[in-house]
Amino acid sequence: MKLLLMMWHFFKTGLFAFGGGLATVPFLYEISDATGWFTHQDILDMLAVSESTPGPIGVNMATFTGFKSFGVFGGICATLALILPSFLVIMLIARLLKKFQDNRFVKGSFYILRPASTALISAAGFNIILAVFFDAEKITFDMFGQLGEMFTHINWIPIVIFAVVFVLMRIFKKLHPIVFIAACAALGIILKL
Amino acid sequence: MEKESKFKETIKECLILFWTMFKIGVCTFGGGYAMIAIIQRELGEKKKWIEEEELLDYLAISQITPGVIAVNISTFVGNKRRGVPGAIAATLGVVTPSLIIITVIAAVLTNFADNEYVKHAFAGIRICVCALIINAAIGLIKKSLIDPLTIVVYICVFIVAAFTNFKTVFIILCIIALSIVITLIRGCRKK
Repeated sequence: MKLLLMMWHFFKTGLFAFGGGLATVPFLYEISDATGWFTHQDILDMLAVSESTPGPIGVNMATFTGFKSFGVFGGICATLALILPSFLVIMLIARLLKKFQDNRFVKGSFYILRPASTALISAAGFNIILAVFFDAEKITFDMFGQLGEMFTHINWIPIVIFAVVFVLMRIFKKLHPIVFIAACAALGIILKL
Repeated sequence: MEKESKFKETIKECLILFWTMFKIGVCTFGGGYAMIAIIQRELGEKKKWIEEEELLDYLAISQITPGVIAVNISTFVGNKRRGVPGAIAATLGVVTPSLIIITVIAAVLTNFADNEYVKHAFAGIRICVCALIINAAIGLIKKSLIDPLTIVVYICVFIVAAFTNFKTVFIILCIIALSIVITLIRGCRKK
């Protein structure tokens, strides 16, 4: 019974969390307050674990919570409950798209949406770069007035590694990205980044 | 007999889908955006299952629909290859690695994220994720910025997304409204 209730909570989270994994965080706080299955501190711990493991953050959170409360089976159930709503919504949209793919409004929308989603990816990359290249906590956009101070917080080593990795990526296009990920992880440990 | 071989074909294709998305799930460090580089490579260049334009469409739709972006894209890809069974196989494939990894971590290592080595390794991986995302973005820019209007859209959305706190859902909905207006204007002109 409690398991069904948990699945219901994650189903709701999956249904209302728009725009990626971190959108699930406020819902997790709600579940915590409503049920007491896990504490706010647990959520922070989960976030830290999710950031340092592969996989979508939302899924990681659901697995972790489910496992903590109900064991392996709980982890599986919570994850399935979380992804079910988006699965259903996407299947519906895929059907509709097939039906209306030649509609001029649909075509027109995608013509504009493509550069827009490219811009969103670029912006996400830009934000991560800011956080990696500069001491993220000390740098805010208000500081554009004080560019001089910004340069005192530059992390030079990551910038150099980034430049090298990026150039290598462009040269060795055939190499699988996991090679670069593993190499960077090793460098991180060796250099104590 | 024919039905049976068709059934076998579907099963085989679903297993391939599951395994491909499983591998992508293992490589996805740092959230959905890092995954784009891997999907581009595995499903676009290698398997030729989807075009870069399609990937961008899926991505835009994922921003305005609920749920994790990686899951949404997997569902789309699976559905395109093999309908409902394909979608189920692909979606389960992409979440299984995290399911296993997180369960193991939760069971064995209570303070995994506080471990010094883990922290250093992930500081390194974050740098790699930057390079991956920029690399992916360059490929997508080449495909999607095809005329002055798309370039203007790109610049505007980039500025809004990078420097303001507007929600992504809101940005995409505005873009859709804009596109409807543009389509209407163009329709009028043609007449």
